Amino acid sequence: MSALQKTLLDAVIFDLAQEELRSLNAALQGLEDKTNRTEWNVLNPRGAHAIAVGVTATVSITIAGHAGYYCAGMNDGASITIQGNAGTGVAENMMSGLVHVKGDASQSAGATAHGGLLIIDGNAAARCGISMKGVDIVVKGNAGHMSAFMAQSGNLVICGDAGEALGDSLYEARLFVKGEVKSLGADCEVKEMSAEDKEILAGLLEQAGCSEKPEEFTRYGSARKLYHFHVDNAGAY
Amino acid sequence: MTEDSSPHIPQTRPRYSATFDPGTISEIQRAAATGIYDIRGGGAKRKLPHFDDLLFLGASVSRYPLEGYRERCGTDVVLGTRFAKKPIHLKIPVTIAGMSFGALSGNAKEALGRGATAVGTSTTTGDGGMTPEERGHSQTLVYQYLPSRYGMNLTDLRRADAIEVVVGQGAKPGGGGMLLGQKISPRVARMRNLPEGIDQRSACRHPDWTGPDDLEIKILELRELTGWEKPIYVKIGASRPYYDIALAVKAGADVVVLDGMQGGTAATQDVFIEHVGIPILAAIRPAVQSLQDMGMHRKVQLIVSGGIRTGADVAKALALGADAVAIGTAALIALGDNAPELEAEYQKLGTTAGAYDDWHEGRDPAGITTQDPVLAARLDPVKAARRLANYLSVLTLEAQTIARACGKSHVHNLEPEDLVALTMEAAAMAQVPLAGTNWIPGRNF
Repeated sequence: MSALQKTLLDAVIFDLAQEELRSLNAALQGLEDKTNRTEWNVLNPRGAHAIAVGVTATVSITIAGHAGYYCAGMNDGASITIQGNAGTGVAENMMSGLVHVKGDASQSAGATAHGGLLIIDGNAAARCGISMKGVDIVVKGNAGHMSAFMAQSGNLVICGDAGEALGDSLYEARLFVKGEVKSLGADCEVKEMSAEDKEILAGLLEQAGCSEKPEEFTRYGSARKLYHFHVDNAGAY
Repeated sequence: MTEDSSPHIPQTRPRYSATFDPGTISEIQRAAATGIYDIRGGGAKRKLPHFDDLLFLGASVSRYPLEGYRERCGTDVVLGTRFAKKPIHLKIPVTIAGMSFGALSGNAKEALGRGATAVGTSTTTGDGGMTPEERGHSQTLVYQYLPSRYGMNLTDLRRADAIEVVVGQGAKPGGGGMLLGQKISPRVARMRNLPEGIDQRSACRHPDWTGPDDLEIKILELRELTGWEKPIYVKIGASRPYYDIALAVKAGADVVVLDGMQGGTAATQDVFIEHVGIPILAAIRPAVQSLQDMGMHRKVQLIVSGGIRTGADVAKALALGADAVAIGTAALIALGDNAPELEAEYQKLGTTAGAYDDWHEGRDPAGITTQDPVLAARLDPVKAARRLANYLSVLTLEAQTIARACGKSHVHNLEPEDLVALTMEAAAMAQVPLAGTNWIPGRNF
């Protein structure tokens, strides 16, 4: 019997110990938005790479364990929960949807993501939100060095501390950090928290189930001094 | 004896230094005045060992030629036969290299798509995403996957015919993309998710992988995202081709694109273009050797680029072991770049037809390297496409002419044995004998 089983009431169980990753992704990518197979449980992920990538249907996928690189990569609508740690590039280039890492995330979480929400219950390693292009990211723990490097737009919320060179070469993304920032990267500065910022932050904290208050955070953004070449800025690099 | 009072005393003529020549002096003066390095478009302009330094031997008593107009000489090429379910089949071995909408106008991108499609070859997106126009006008479109990931999205990834992971390019191995504020129009800014008018300087490394082991996983992800259908290319700038090709193949590439330092760029520091990387002539043989050592020559296809101008260049690149070539600068010239009829306008920009390379400024009178709607409207995409198609046909006919003269029924049957070199440098780089000798410098040492 195939490991792929389904009833209208139960979740579809997909056991990666029994079936190929390629079959899982083909099945998930083949779902239409009106599918009644809306709940998926992926068993025995055992750190496999590229689990549940490129899903466009608004289904819920639970990964029962640790995931390798690029889990939920380019997600475009699905709600994906990883009941463990996620490897490099979780939710990379996400377009829309929700990715929730119950454990820690390795480096480059949410890299270049255009939309959706990435929640990391634990810590995020280096370069969280690198080149982000509109995604919202909430890290409940700490985030590593060079987070939000060249971040273009979207919001990065860090409830713990941030590592060195936060927001280096930042464009228009908003960064909110509750704890300490080891150092700011080139062209990143403290900004005043506007009413709009506060509203955005409050909304994200609520969506992520955080009890923190917006007032406890500091807002960082681009000083916009490096947007154009000028010899007097050469020392910034 | 009295001094000669003649007014015609011979004077020592002004003497320019070979070290501080007029070009060098003017660059020092420009740098001192502005405090910024020189940025320009195009590839290396310095004199380099190149395909001109090689000759074909042709057929004679010891080899049969093919009849020039009567016997078939194939030119087709299949790319991506290693893992992809849907390899690309091109009618000619000349493809259009990656160039972005942003660097080029919408009309120029449309013309490239139309021209390439007319002769059965592919065109390639660039550092700025895929536009509906270029998808619509390109029968075969390669989608570049770059460090910036500007405009990268699932829909475009899935409607591409192949994916090219860009590690580097010949004009700037180790450098990222650049597009100055003059060309960040509202549409370009929107596609790249950047503020309008800023100087865009892309990252030089990918944001979510470093090194060959990560690249292997990234390629796996791209295959999983696209149902293992599409050929995955890896593009590298020529620097250490033997090892870079080996690592790209190990990472799972279907096709490797190798770009020499003559390959053009939309905008880069002149010092980078002229001083980093190696000429394509020096890069092909180590690349082919790498593939042969792994038993992967012709299984992983090799596309080479950087200074391809004529069918002779195409034939020489294939004879050295490439499966196809790519053109960028030559394609723009075919569209109308540096056209002599625009001389008066080039003069106003402080340059002359044939030397214009300020592609980054967005003031191109030919309407190609600009986002100014008035200038861009000057390029008729249908007429420009016809010129490109004509040029691609000439390249192919020329390569066939040489292949037949060497007795080959397909351009891919050309081989190093058909070549000799005119200079010791070219003989050493291309690993073919100096003409009239059986001496290959560096061989058997």
